[in-house]
Amino acid sequence: MKITFPHMGSLAVPLKTIFEELGQEVVVPPSITKKTVTLGVRHSPEFACFPLKVNIGNFIEALENGADTIIMAGGVGPCRFGYYAEVQREILTDLGYNFELIVLEPPQGSLWGLLANIKRLGNHRSWSEIWEVINIAWKQVLALDVLHEMSLKIRPYEKKKGATTVLYERAQKLIEKARTHEDITWSLDKGKELLNSVDKKTLDRPPLKIGIVGEIYMVLEPYANLDIEKTLGEMGVEVDRSIYLGHWIKEHLFPKAFRSREGEEIKKVAQGYLNHFVGGHGLESVGRTILYSRDNFDGVVHILPFTCTPEIVAQSILPEVSKDYKIPLISFSLDEHSGKAGFVTRLEAFLDLLSQKKYNQELKGAV
Amino acid sequence: MPAIGIPRALLYYDYYPAWKKFFEELGLEVVLSDKTTKTILDSGVKVALDETCLPVKLFYGHVDNLKNKGIDYLFVPRLVSVEKKRYLCPKFLGLPNMVESLMEELPPLLDFKMDLSRKKREFYKDLYALGRKFTINPFKIYLAYRKAVKELKRYEEKMLAGFTPLDCLERGEGENREKKEAAISLGEGKLPVEENLRIAVLGHSYNLNDPYISMDIYGKLKKMGVKIITREMISPSAQMEGIKNLRKDIFWTFGKEIMGSALYLLDKEKIDGVVLVVSFGCGPDSLIGELVERIYKRHRNIPLLFLTLDEHSGEAGILTRLEAFVDMVKFKKESA
Repeated sequence: MKITFPHMGSLAVPLKTIFEELGQEVVVPPSITKKTVTLGVRHSPEFACFPLKVNIGNFIEALENGADTIIMAGGVGPCRFGYYAEVQREILTDLGYNFELIVLEPPQGSLWGLLANIKRLGNHRSWSEIWEVINIAWKQVLALDVLHEMSLKIRPYEKKKGATTVLYERAQKLIEKARTHEDITWSLDKGKELLNSVDKKTLDRPPLKIGIVGEIYMVLEPYANLDIEKTLGEMGVEVDRSIYLGHWIKEHLFPKAFRSREGEEIKKVAQGYLNHFVGGHGLESVGRTILYSRDNFDGVVHILPFTCTPEIVAQSILPEVSKDYKIPLISFSLDEHSGKAGFVTRLEAFLDLLSQKKYNQELKGAV
Repeated sequence: MPAIGIPRALLYYDYYPAWKKFFEELGLEVVLSDKTTKTILDSGVKVALDETCLPVKLFYGHVDNLKNKGIDYLFVPRLVSVEKKRYLCPKFLGLPNMVESLMEELPPLLDFKMDLSRKKREFYKDLYALGRKFTINPFKIYLAYRKAVKELKRYEEKMLAGFTPLDCLERGEGENREKKEAAISLGEGKLPVEENLRIAVLGHSYNLNDPYISMDIYGKLKKMGVKIITREMISPSAQMEGIKNLRKDIFWTFGKEIMGSALYLLDKEKIDGVVLVVSFGCGPDSLIGELVERIYKRHRNIPLLFLTLDEHSGEAGILTRLEAFVDMVKFKKESA
């Protein structure tokens, strides 16, 4: 069994750990490139959302590299993601590949199917062993998230453009290699040290603060969001990302008692604008935007894959939120046709508006 | 008597008789928006986000049309689910919120959540709350509910017998008398069916049954001497039979219906072709349509035409494609 899975941000790190530590062979799909996307787009339904197309590209490249088992997550709607795996299986079958696609469906009524699948993927090791490995992977996820958050805070202050990214990638590699609790703790400290060693300049005024909301895949996957965090960071903006992998897992897969109150809070603040879940991250996008405005952010960037239904609901509502809460907002609907240059131009214009709004206000106060 | 406005869009074609009965039993006057025209569609497109699908844009247009009709309430239900374990499209879940955010100067919206995925009692509670706005008599609400359900049953039975929703709805309204007389139900086969081509037209009821949006596909095909089969004519049990071999249940009601009808027809019925009508930007259909297309392709014996509609579709283009498709089906049948 040679296992593969789709890319989504740094998701490959913990998944690789889990399967390798359980004695399975893993074929990580090559990093997403133009070629991946071209392959995916060629074989996917035209109006499917972008993540499905990139997944297909990942799968094709991994199958070409010898993988024979694909792991996908399932779902029960109403977001399209829940039916991805079924469509992907048919597409790849029609392309003539020989593979098995294992879908991890959220348990509906009985846990049995899910557990049986996990046991099989876990090489039939004992449950305690599987649990231990998952624990390690979970720790990696959390460590990666901490480093990522740090990099976002540091990037606007870097003296040399790109310095943070280089060190952040090095820190990521350390975590990737660490496969015990002690190693991960050590790598995390080392990684923090690395990031702190970035040469910083002193800014004459505080950087703009921008929050990113939107659909999880587009927010987490730098190739899909045209590297928005890095782009904004290097323009001197402090970026805050509303969704992290670890955070998402905690809110959705853990028993209720372990969850933070945030989910409830988002629901509560969004009440006046969207008082019902709409699948995907639609409700979160609306709620988060309000929370960002409350936390005195200067602006919000909303990212969605083209034709994403839950996010279209959010996008229809967000302009009103933005007006009521006086928080500037820009929506990017991205897919394989998005060009970086146009994207950067729009971001620059947005930032110009934000800085005028912010610094003019301060000036007025001073006079 | 307060008047309540119901947009002639989306689930109008599936539930209007029930809604009308319910409100009328409670002593309300029901006002419908006008039939779709270019003006109505344009006013919807103007307020909508570009990426929104055609039927939702049209819905905004019908809401806009109702504004000037002197109504006291606007009925924009939140359509979550109409059966167990299945949802409708995410856009329907957020429909009232989108309408409120995008449009101004609206009469008060009636807040009603249609969610039948839960226990029946829960649904009735929501319905009761809706009824309470107009009467304090719980018995009256219950009676209205029973009558509405009965009305809906009758409507559904009529459609299974071969009437199109439009036949039933317009007859009920008592308008278009001439058309009514001339209306030939699709199933009865009083048409010039020399060629006896049987073509199924599948898609969402709100696209197909609005003659403006669908560019009158039914009428065009009828004129070509084609006998049409619609999804409404295929019983729910037959639809379920169609999808029983799928590995995963489809969690969208409309997706299930389209997929179920398509697969049932592929297996069980003698049809000569299928026209699949999809609106641009429809989330569920982008996947369901793809699966249907792939499965039909593998079977190789029934031709399938995939038509995508949006506000830019031209009637001539649609007609050409339909004609070409029907010609092809004809040739295939003759050569067999």
